[in-house]
Amino acid sequence: MREQDARERARNFEEVACGYGIEDALRESGRCLLCPDEPCIAGCPVGIDIPGFIQKIGEKNFRGAYDILTGTNLLPSICGRVCPQENQCEGVCTVGDTLEAVAIGRLERFVGDTAIQEGWINIPYIEPNRFRVGIVGSGPAGMACAADMAKAGCDVTVYEAFHQPGGVLRYGIPDFRLPNAVIDAEIDNLKKFGVKFECNTLVGRLFTIEQMIDEMGFHAIFVGVGAGYPTMLNIPGDSLNGVLSANELLTRCNLMRARDFPNFDTPLPIGKRVAVVGAGNTAMDAMRVSIRLGAEKVYCIYRRSRTEAPARAEEVHHAEQEGVEFHWLTNPVAVLGDDHGSVRGMRCVRMELGEPDDSGRRRPIPVAGSEFDFEADLIVYAIGTNANPIMGQTSKLKLNQWGYIHTDENLATSVAGVYAGGDIVTGAATVIEAMGAGRKAARSMKTYLGIRDSTLPYLGAEEDGAGTFFGIDTRERNFARVRVALT
Amino acid sequence: MNETAMSNFEIVAREDFSGVTYLLEVRHPLMAKAARPGQFVIVMLNEQGERIPLTIADFDRKRGTITLVIQAVGKTTKQMQQECQAGTSLYGMVGPMGIPSPLSHAKKVMCVGGGLGVAPIFPQARGFKEAGAYVIAVLGFRNKELVFWEDKFRACCDELILCTNDGSAGMKGMITDGIKVALAEHPDIQEVIAIGPPVMMKACADATRPYKIKTMVSVNPIMVDGTGMCGGCRIKVGDQVKFACVDGPDFDGHLVDFDDLMQRLQRFANEEKTAHERWSESCRMSGQAGPAVARGQ
Repeated sequence: MREQDARERARNFEEVACGYGIEDALRESGRCLLCPDEPCIAGCPVGIDIPGFIQKIGEKNFRGAYDILTGTNLLPSICGRVCPQENQCEGVCTVGDTLEAVAIGRLERFVGDTAIQEGWINIPYIEPNRFRVGIVGSGPAGMACAADMAKAGCDVTVYEAFHQPGGVLRYGIPDFRLPNAVIDAEIDNLKKFGVKFECNTLVGRLFTIEQMIDEMGFHAIFVGVGAGYPTMLNIPGDSLNGVLSANELLTRCNLMRARDFPNFDTPLPIGKRVAVVGAGNTAMDAMRVSIRLGAEKVYCIYRRSRTEAPARAEEVHHAEQEGVEFHWLTNPVAVLGDDHGSVRGMRCVRMELGEPDDSGRRRPIPVAGSEFDFEADLIVYAIGTNANPIMGQTSKLKLNQWGYIHTDENLATSVAGVYAGGDIVTGAATVIEAMGAGRKAARSMKTYLGIRDSTLPYLGAEEDGAGTFFGIDTRERNFARVRVALT
Repeated sequence: MNETAMSNFEIVAREDFSGVTYLLEVRHPLMAKAARPGQFVIVMLNEQGERIPLTIADFDRKRGTITLVIQAVGKTTKQMQQECQAGTSLYGMVGPMGIPSPLSHAKKVMCVGGGLGVAPIFPQARGFKEAGAYVIAVLGFRNKELVFWEDKFRACCDELILCTNDGSAGMKGMITDGIKVALAEHPDIQEVIAIGPPVMMKACADATRPYKIKTMVSVNPIMVDGTGMCGGCRIKVGDQVKFACVDGPDFDGHLVDFDDLMQRLQRFANEEKTAHERWSESCRMSGQAGPAVARGQ
């Protein structure tokens, strides 16, 4: 796929990957074998009918492809850009066994972007039911849950603490990977489904989850507040001026548009020599943002080797092309300051790989006597995050020992009617996993509320357990409509 | 409940205490209902604005409003001073943030407010009084012109000691002199709450340390999100690192590293200067008080 030239794109925040045109899409979709195994569907955390939509592209029925995509995933322009497809659908693609896998992510993005351009929206008539659903957090988990509950006829309100919705999609992922315009378009689609977004609302403090159920008339709640509390290295010099978390850098730059200071009021610390500690996707974002902000040198400091780096391969590749200097097997020891309390450099030690630890990765061990200093004026920590503490502080939700919300296999929390998913349950993960969690929680919430999908035909008497009829518990009192398939 | 949508952040009242200090009363019935002493909000003036933390100085559950007292020191607070009149609106205000002040069961407390710190100490003084404590308020200002809310404190506290640096009102002295007077008269003070500029809070903590009286302070670092996800507001408390927005903003004054706080407050000094110069320039060029955009008009 066409990409902006590395030298040129390192000066701007335009998208790096330019996206497919119609011919690219037709050519690529022709590579799909429509194989009978369909491993790609199983490889997708939300189970999109991938061969289905690719076939429609091949038939030049782009609207049809969009219909199939949105049957499972309401946010194709986002997923197509940020999913780690190489570990999911593309990683198990049959074509990928011998040749390069079909570029499923790029095809998804093509369909999503075409839909935005053409203004397509799929809103069937939805019979409203009497249920009010509250979603806490407007990130990918909350958005996915909101979409499903709205499609089921519920009255959905999404609460967001920031002044703009989108969560990590907005504040965390930079414009050159996921443009804000795309996020806005997808949110507009959700609003057309009747989803309400209330920003500037800090649930837990403005009102609690318990109040939402007891006083505000919500029947079910989904909590997707994320796990953004940044981890610091806790080495000497952590609090010098010029040391910040990747979250702070990205929030200032992406959400608060600090790169346009002083036209936008939020300032951004500008470094000429920036050292980013970490090698996950967030670290890559921080490095590539620093390059675009005019840094002369950007270093990646990571204590393990390249093969263990958690970031998407494409992001590491792009960062390398844009001029980031990678220092693998290097661990920070101290941040060095000048006389004014600002950063002037960093002291590191070289590492070598020893035996594997609990995560299965080889444990890095310092090489004695290999300490060295280098000059830097901005240090960014991108070494992981922890659970956001506000839910734990303000509700009776049971937490696990690390502070994440405890859920059962249906994503139900310890409070009846309250479900949770995404990073606040699993710890920092990906956008698509959060969306998958939002959808899974929506299924559980529908069961809890007694909402049945009346478009699915009831297929088999063999599945009935004792005391059920047409799959419904005979003790249950309802007016469920059952569609029976006659064979 | 909840028949109306969220607040549109309308300012219902404006008062100027001096050429530098002003008060805004903002309508937000839900927040007025939820606000507790010690909490703060994060405010944006407009879409290009920055997010700034401001302590809630008062909340009126009947009127459905919260009150902010602001000092015009930099670009944003000076622009707000110009543009925020009754009838205009803020672009965004989120809160109440922070852990509410742990109003203990102390029977006799001293509430110390320095300069602008007088505003956020008010709900704490009132809270202790309502909980049945004997409340001594010690308020410090540079001079008589800057004094505000003296009557409010007299109405809700058992004693008030007013200090001005030049002696133009109350007793002449620094805030720490006022503290010494109070401690001399009341050796049985069990807790002290001190709010003001960091250098003042540090001096208050040092003044009470020899007496071993528990002293709570409310720190005011730079913030961005205010919800615990950026770490910009991190504070050293004893040998731990805490985030003021979700672990505070109240901490034990005898453990807070004030030097670190003051140093980190300087980290955007250059950018603040640039913004301020630009703002002053645009005011001069447009003749008078800059682009006064009243929201919603």
